Amino acid sequence: MSEKFVVSSSPHISSDNYICNIMKNVLVALIPALLMGAYVFGIRAVVLTAVSIISCVVFESLWNTVNKKEETIGDCSACITGALLAFILPVSVPLWIPVVGAFFAIIIVKQLFGGLGQNFLNPALGARAFLLASWPVAMTVYTKPFEKLPWIKSIQDIDALSGATPLAVMKQSGEMSATYFDLFIGNVGGCIGEVSTVAVLIGFIYLLFKKIIKPHAPLAYILSTALFGWIIGYNGAFTGDPLFSVLSGGVLLGAVFMITDYTTSPTTALGNIIGGIVAGFLTVLIRVKGGYPEGVTYAIMVVNVITPLLDKYIQPKRYGGRKNEKR
Amino acid sequence: MTVKKYTFKGGIHPDDSKGLTKDIPVKVLPAPETVYIPLRQHIGALLEPCVKVGDYVKKGQIIGNSEAFVSVPVHATVSGTVKAIEPYYHPSGVKVPAVVIENDGQDTLSEDIKPVGEYYNLTPLQIIDAIRNAGIVGMGGAAFPTHVKLSPPKDKKIEYVIINGAECEPYLTSDHRVMLENTEEVIYGLKSIMHVFSLDKGYIAVENNKPDAIKALREAVKGDNSIEICEMITKYPQGSEKQLINAITGRQVPSGGLPADVGVVVNNIDTCVAISRALRTGMPLMSRVVTVSGKGINNPANFEVTIGTPFEEVAKAAGGIKENVRKVIMGGPMMGMTQYNLDTPVIKGTSGLLFLLDSEIFDEKEMPCTKCGKCVDACPMGLMPLYLMAYSRNENYDGLKNYHILDCMECGSCCYVCPSKKKIIQHIRVGKAKLQIKMRKEN
Repeated sequence: MSEKFVVSSSPHISSDNYICNIMKNVLVALIPALLMGAYVFGIRAVVLTAVSIISCVVFESLWNTVNKKEETIGDCSACITGALLAFILPVSVPLWIPVVGAFFAIIIVKQLFGGLGQNFLNPALGARAFLLASWPVAMTVYTKPFEKLPWIKSIQDIDALSGATPLAVMKQSGEMSATYFDLFIGNVGGCIGEVSTVAVLIGFIYLLFKKIIKPHAPLAYILSTALFGWIIGYNGAFTGDPLFSVLSGGVLLGAVFMITDYTTSPTTALGNIIGGIVAGFLTVLIRVKGGYPEGVTYAIMVVNVITPLLDKYIQPKRYGGRKNEKR
Repeated sequence: MTVKKYTFKGGIHPDDSKGLTKDIPVKVLPAPETVYIPLRQHIGALLEPCVKVGDYVKKGQIIGNSEAFVSVPVHATVSGTVKAIEPYYHPSGVKVPAVVIENDGQDTLSEDIKPVGEYYNLTPLQIIDAIRNAGIVGMGGAAFPTHVKLSPPKDKKIEYVIINGAECEPYLTSDHRVMLENTEEVIYGLKSIMHVFSLDKGYIAVENNKPDAIKALREAVKGDNSIEICEMITKYPQGSEKQLINAITGRQVPSGGLPADVGVVVNNIDTCVAISRALRTGMPLMSRVVTVSGKGINNPANFEVTIGTPFEEVAKAAGGIKENVRKVIMGGPMMGMTQYNLDTPVIKGTSGLLFLLDSEIFDEKEMPCTKCGKCVDACPMGLMPLYLMAYSRNENYDGLKNYHILDCMECGSCCYVCPSKKKIIQHIRVGKAKLQIKMRKEN
């Protein structure tokens, strides 16, 4: 009988918290944003999201098959990448755009660097940056809310349906083209998942409640965007509108689902706060002084890149550590 | 009146599973027919046997001793004949020389056993001597000789004496039962230690998942201002010496230092009882309270077990083990050691004996680390376990040093919270050992 006992080193018990549970909860948190996207832009938003998710899963599975690796699509991380990638696309892009984006996100950004946990960039953001550089026109045409769009077919007469996003209008004229309430609900042009602040906030509260993300990075990012949005105003220093800065564009989506990505964010609270502040500053700087009307993608990508440094120089306060000790 | 509750930073909240045994009174288990007494039951030197095969020994007689300061003698726990002195199974997993005594059932007491006296009539040195002679060690699991703890270097002034009744490991209830059933002895033991350092204040720390123990202790010290019963917020590893000290005194033991460096001495509940008995009756440490629990045992119980009793006998007394037991653990599920053989004897550091089924242990496939940082939040020492694991695998010694791997006390909180089920502690243990070998070579 004694041969049957398992011998191993401690600890012998573990929490019932698993990677795939976390990922599934993130997917649940993304549902409100998808529903609002579908409400504002029609069924095409859902089709794009589905194409993006399926492409990501297929590319990940293909990579594993070709390289004779264990199948990893069960951890659901590819689904999240797919959903997030679709959420930061304009609804009018042709359907092959998310397929190309999924290839870039899964194969180039994620798997070539070692797969889950090894990527230095957020795959969805990396893919968006790639798409934006390669097909700048398709990626910057935004349709007005509540237009009747074809479900699947490419949109022919896109100029008739398109309208400038509030950020683009603000950049050109310094005027607000939508009310705060429109921005809050999502009655504006923009990417599929980012238009509705309230939908993203519901996801945020869900993730906080489930203890999947910590509030440090999102709050730091939001507050920093508000602060720098006021300091670096479109019409001169200290004239900006903090509330508009936060509600417009993809700040909320980035704060809740992008900057909180485990792999590409620091592990300490202080590191996350600093990352959030840097992202807020860069977002506003790119918006106001840069060539693009929106800066969330690049701002968060810069934070992704400095994450290893933040984890190296910002360690938690160590028990029994001496003051001013060398790292 | 609101009572202050003490706690520390980091830590985890595992299911405590104490309900299986917490209300079951301690039952004295009769000594078995043969006892196996290992000559190493503490941290420190291996003892030399001072009896020969064929000798008749009396209960309480010293059978193994050493000149080394960091060591305590072991005593015969039954009277009878020495059958063998040979390497035998030991909870640590390696065989250790043990004295095998066949019990004659007479319990003939050694003549050396006589009361030392009440603590207030003794000098500190007499108390410390008596504690060493009684073979008393820290009974929370680590088994560090108690007399060494009570003899700090002259330049360290001890200001706090804390008795550790946190018992933060899941399943274990031995300290809990002792606090309820031997309240007076616990307090007597604490007062003896306070007397050693001439302190007029002592602390007993109890986690607030044991309200009955807190109540019993508070009632026992009613009107006595010299002892404070500290209610600790239930969180693992509250019973860790360093976390306990931080919670109660606000001080932090410096990296690489000892509690005495910040003027604190921490002792275990059962150790206090042993001290009280050693002084008032002269009885050395020959038995201890063991929690026998887990879903793999038929009748979970708390037993007072004679040191040297094989696990098999203890399991039998608890109704026997179930067919599908997967792991046998000495100690708690967070830091305990797995056992492969039920012939292994109970030693001074055996606080619990757990028989766990598949459903109670984890045996999950490791997933890649996603750098979620949950281990960083859980680490009570403020380390970054994910990087320690990575550097240990890469043999990056500078990284290990810069991220302070030697501060890790292997509490396992990081493994517990890891959603990827990484065996972080195992990698850290390997990294620690490699780093220490390398540092020794360099010097």
